[in-house]
Amino acid sequence: MKQGVGAPITRKEDDRFLRGRGKYVGDIQLAGMREVAFLRSPVAHGLIRAVRAPQGAMVFTMADLTGVLPIRAPSALPGFRRTDQWPLAQTRVRQVGEPIAMVVAGSRAEAEDILDAITLDIEELPAATDMLAHRAGPPIHEGWPDNVVLQALVDDDISDVQAPIIIRRRLRTARQHMAPLEGRGVVARWDSRLNQLEMHTSSQMVHVTKTGLAECLGLPESAVRIISPDVGGGFGYKGILLQEEVAIGWLARKLGGTPLRWIEDRREGLSAQANCREHHYDITVHADRDGTILALDCEAHVDSGAYSAYPFSACLEAAQIGSILPGPYVVPRYRCKTWSVATNKPPILPYRGVARTGVCYALETTLDAVARAAGISPVELRLRNLPGPEQMPYLNVTKKIFDSGDYPEALRRAAEAVDAPGFAARQKAAREEGRLIGQGFAVFCEQGAHGTSVYHGWGIPFVPGAEPCQARLTPDGGLELRVGVHSHGQGMETTLAQVAHEILGVPVDRVQLIHGDTALTPYSTGTWGSRCAVMAGGAVAEACMELRRRLIPMGAHLLQDKDAVFADGAVRAGAASVTVAEIARTFHRAPQNLTEAMQAQGLECTVGHKTVRDTGTFSYACHAVEAEVDAATGHVTLTRYVIVEDGGVLLNPLIADGQVLGGTAQGIGTALFEEMPYDTGGQPLASTLADYMLPGASDVPDIEILHMETPSPISRFGQKGIGESGAIGPPAAIVNAINDAIAHLGREVTDLPATPERVLAALA
Amino acid sequence: MKPAAFEHTAPAELNDALKLLAQPGAKPLSGGQSLSPMMNLRLVRPTTLVDIKRLPGLRGVMATAEHIRFGAATTHAEIEDGIVPDPTNGLMPHVAHGIAYRAVRNRGTLGGSLAHADPAADWPSVMAALGATIITSTSRRIPAEGFILAPFTTALTPGEIILAVEVPRLPPGARWGYCKINRKIGEFAKAIGIAIETPRRLLAGAVEGPPVLLEKLDDIPTRLPHLDAAAQRLAGIAVQRAIAMMES
Repeated sequence: MKQGVGAPITRKEDDRFLRGRGKYVGDIQLAGMREVAFLRSPVAHGLIRAVRAPQGAMVFTMADLTGVLPIRAPSALPGFRRTDQWPLAQTRVRQVGEPIAMVVAGSRAEAEDILDAITLDIEELPAATDMLAHRAGPPIHEGWPDNVVLQALVDDDISDVQAPIIIRRRLRTARQHMAPLEGRGVVARWDSRLNQLEMHTSSQMVHVTKTGLAECLGLPESAVRIISPDVGGGFGYKGILLQEEVAIGWLARKLGGTPLRWIEDRREGLSAQANCREHHYDITVHADRDGTILALDCEAHVDSGAYSAYPFSACLEAAQIGSILPGPYVVPRYRCKTWSVATNKPPILPYRGVARTGVCYALETTLDAVARAAGISPVELRLRNLPGPEQMPYLNVTKKIFDSGDYPEALRRAAEAVDAPGFAARQKAAREEGRLIGQGFAVFCEQGAHGTSVYHGWGIPFVPGAEPCQARLTPDGGLELRVGVHSHGQGMETTLAQVAHEILGVPVDRVQLIHGDTALTPYSTGTWGSRCAVMAGGAVAEACMELRRRLIPMGAHLLQDKDAVFADGAVRAGAASVTVAEIARTFHRAPQNLTEAMQAQGLECTVGHKTVRDTGTFSYACHAVEAEVDAATGHVTLTRYVIVEDGGVLLNPLIADGQVLGGTAQGIGTALFEEMPYDTGGQPLASTLADYMLPGASDVPDIEILHMETPSPISRFGQKGIGESGAIGPPAAIVNAINDAIAHLGREVTDLPATPERVLAALA
Repeated sequence: MKPAAFEHTAPAELNDALKLLAQPGAKPLSGGQSLSPMMNLRLVRPTTLVDIKRLPGLRGVMATAEHIRFGAATTHAEIEDGIVPDPTNGLMPHVAHGIAYRAVRNRGTLGGSLAHADPAADWPSVMAALGATIITSTSRRIPAEGFILAPFTTALTPGEIILAVEVPRLPPGARWGYCKINRKIGEFAKAIGIAIETPRRLLAGAVEGPPVLLEKLDDIPTRLPHLDAAAQRLAGIAVQRAIAMMES
């Protein structure tokens, strides 16, 4: 069976996962290991007056952590206000769950007993809990005039635009928790032989964690090793340097050898750690009578929470809103003002899709209102505003370069799949039976694998450069690939082996991917931003090409034919050939058969990869949904879900489908279920999974995926990043379907998630 | 989220268990699907857990011509899978199938659910609608309809536990309807409606208090005056849909 690029082979890693043999941080047992638990703030905003620990207990506060610096994730964007996030609070707490003290005991239960026995004297202050109401203050950070972390303006004065159709909507997306199956967790110890902190942590970016941790602890980077074993879901939640990591790192070094463990429990995850997604949009679309967009105007707020999280900072979300709100469309005129607002809630963190999910929701639902005003179908409206394939590569209004594809065709295929032209008749027939059904569409594009030129301007703690891969042929002809990215669901142990197979012909099962360990892999910004298929895939290809360049003269030398060529995993000269495995064996175990120069060059190399242009690949998709609204209860049932997706050349179509399906399930959560509400005192109201509603298997309909494969002109094989795509479209498409079902009543849903209560309120 | 320290004991005889349960701070443990999360959150801190699920009499069923008596530790999964006989022409297995998710159903028990007395759970409403009788360790026979006094409060006295539940047989071919309105499959109910044809029973459950037997649908506002209009409306929809299911 074909194994290379494009082969739909099953995942290598699934053998261990499906047998329950994956190894996660929580599976690591070290002799003498002690358990850490954290005393966390019970109030959203307060001043610590005293922390009184019981006699004899191992309890540490920030006063003990001498020499430790706060986590700082600044941005160089003008006007950005920096925050100091201390690993343990100094005197002021700014969110419920903020760590105040760290305790150590023989078991987690005993550690929690100590937490129970600590007396915390805290003076509660009024909490800032609403980004609109508390933008102006009172400020939650000392020395700030208000709560604005960053204000940004994409300023094209559009006051001269004369549009016959002006549609304005005010929309909210809910604060969410990312809810990976595995939460965060740390196992750390000081290795006195290597004079090094060895920390196992559930992370999707080990090298960035190492850099941040070394800076906070005042250690050289050589004194920190980060290992991320199997990780049960990242989604952005594992792309943040934790206060807990810094505090435990300090303590592990102080204890000089005692292993320490902290495993985040679900309540800590839900109530104390980073949240995501909370946006407010005041959006106006100006359109011509025929639905052609003339201008887009928006004022958007992001509830950034209490601190700027490392490394992405509190600016990413709002900056992305400003740059991608125009979506996949031709938007002649554009103005957008954004505010990132500090509140007494956990920091906001980019979750799968980052701001795209909210932006897509705001624009696509408003466009459906434009279509209704113009008296045309949502499909027709979109066809009139999408750039055509002849315009590719298309430079949009915010200077994004859509690299390739046929956006209208994706929409046409989706519309055909769900019989959009025939839907009005079905809808009418259903209404006559007393049923409300609707159809909704969302079209979007996803920038992935964007690199240096996109990120350096933000001045955040990291900038991705060339993505490295170290490739090594072993004496028995196996191939080891060392990459700085991390695979935690993306199936990279399979896809990157397929890439290597494509270049070197080494069987996929003889390719070993080594990842998730700073001591074993080259420095990388890690896994985020739908970048790995493109960047790590490209890096593996480049490294394998370099090996191939070295193998050819070796093979030619062994064959005694200078015209020998590389094909199908061997160097060949006529009927004679010498395989990669034979050359590798010769190099390692019979070097006398090669020249001195060949011996010196070796069969191990580290090569960096960049795309032809580092502005990113642009995958795009159309989600088409049919939904039924129960007018009596407000429940929404998804009856049809079709996705047309163009991820360029798919390294492995099965894995691409898996990525899209998983993301779509999360998007359904955003659309219909997930919400992390806070009361006016800043208390989280969904601190267990009984209250935080995640979609279950029965809430996800059969999802049909239709692929288009327009190769990206900038990536190694034409592949595009699609890792986040599935999570972007569902809220927009689902709410458009709901609104289509109730539009004849003159009603619309505006806020996410579209819970039964919100649907009933819209209908009332 | 680890519980405070507690003793765990699994006596072999009912009398020993009852003696232990008479001690202050003791709590019975059956399936533990409600108790253990609350202990992990340290909302409940029993000093002793008395494991009762394997006690003689709490497992197994006894059938007569009129009813089936289920041991209190009968699990939802045993009811769902038909491992225990069904006197209700499919109602009880149907309800069991919709409780939480399978891992919970494997451990959670009929008696535990009743004793926990969450109004939003399924069994308190179903047993009231079926006219079941709850048999306790003091040999009391309490009609299910009056068993729950208030949310999380039952007619059990301190130290008293449920031994069994006696469910009358519905006539062969009896029709019934069950409607649970909730956010998604397996979640606790926001409203429960039950309709049984013979003997004619209508019930509104998950009503922030004990389930309420109704004469007719229109009784809801007068029988559930403590509910706001939206909750009354939802209760009405649940009962209406249960009737529709029964009649379909």
